[in-house]
Amino acid sequence: MTPAAILRAGFRDQNPGLVQLLGLCPLLAVSTSLGSGLGLGLATLAVLIASNGLISLVGRSLPAEIRIAVFVLLIAALVTAVELALAAWLPGLHAALGIFLPLIVTNCLVLARAEAFASRQPVGNALLDGFAMGGGFLVVLVALGSVREVLGRGSLGGDLHALLGTGGPTSGWHLFGEQHGFLLALLPPGAFILLGLGLAWRQARQAAAPASASGAALTGGVPGEAAS
Amino acid sequence: MAGNPEPPARRTVRAAIVLAATAIAAFGLVAVVHEATRDRIAATARARELARFDQVLGGLLHDNDLLADTLTLRDPELLGATEAVTAYRARFHGQPVAVVLESVASDGYSGAIRLLIAVARDGTILGVRTVSHHETPGLGDFIDASKSDWMQRFTGKSLGNPAATRWRVRKDSGDFDQYTGATITSRAVVGTVGRTLEFFARHRDELLGDELLAAPATIQP
Repeated sequence: MTPAAILRAGFRDQNPGLVQLLGLCPLLAVSTSLGSGLGLGLATLAVLIASNGLISLVGRSLPAEIRIAVFVLLIAALVTAVELALAAWLPGLHAALGIFLPLIVTNCLVLARAEAFASRQPVGNALLDGFAMGGGFLVVLVALGSVREVLGRGSLGGDLHALLGTGGPTSGWHLFGEQHGFLLALLPPGAFILLGLGLAWRQARQAAAPASASGAALTGGVPGEAAS
Repeated sequence: MAGNPEPPARRTVRAAIVLAATAIAAFGLVAVVHEATRDRIAATARARELARFDQVLGGLLHDNDLLADTLTLRDPELLGATEAVTAYRARFHGQPVAVVLESVASDGYSGAIRLLIAVARDGTILGVRTVSHHETPGLGDFIDASKSDWMQRFTGKSLGNPAATRWRVRKDSGDFDQYTGATITSRAVVGTVGRTLEFFARHRDELLGDELLAAPATIQP
């Protein structure tokens, strides 16, 4: 695959959040604000790049029986390392992400990319795929988090200072008072509704595009599986 | 692999060795990172707890290390937690001046609300803070000090002020305003603070006394 195709797959055609619908649990649970969406997105991105790179190095030499077990072990170790590093250097972000940080281990996106792509591709492609898929996930998390924060709290980026530990009393833009916020946007049902709207927007764009470009992406599933 | 068939037994052994080697490598990575971050994480956690103590003690003068002067308590009825909770003693010149009690409101709207309650020698509350909760964002999270100052209404109150039977929300004919739209959360917190004061009243001497303290270095007047 060409680098451009890998990037296009991750950010658009096979976007984990809007097309593959992988990792929805953290996506919906954590995207309550721009800051927490950005935090989980960056943590997932870091884990994906590292796990893709590592698995591309060892993947092809592994006996088939233990391949998945080895992937899970490696991903779990990487996530634990990222979690410890965040707890030490970015405690605010660590506290804000809570249980969803260790749960990156179970994010099916990470294992899916390891199994379907990284273990069959050279290191360069695998790293790029980790960046593209993680970046695509990050974009959806940040977009959903921003919309929910604006609707629910009337601010944008209002908790960035706590995440980054810059110590300032406030950050971001405050458009209207929190008491006038649309509470539903912050609750899980609001997350589902807004993600649904995002999916609808994406489908509408697909439908408007020429049929040749849209068909493959909607039915293709994980590209690596088709190749195997 | 495909062009060179291995006997099944060798294949199994090879798989086992690869798996074991991966486990050791993964363990090694975690061990190295853990070692590199341990001191920083411990320092961060300590700083966070000390900052929290400063908030509930409301600037009360003390000169000891609260984290090193603790009591382990267990009273599911009054402190709300089935597991043991910790009390931290604040001293000035060796004299106990206040106790910071951990307490749990388990009858909130959603899960346990963990509170930290500082009680002065004379039984008045110095401050109450929420340590963790799962109340609905925008409705029940007024108990979070960063969202509203509702929790400050407990400061200066004691078991006689108001009377023990008045430690309820107004809806239950008590003396505390419930937060609009979140009566269940308010009721749980008010009740828990009241019960914690009752625990303090019952065990005042043990909480403030020195007999339970292992280190005999403190001076008893």
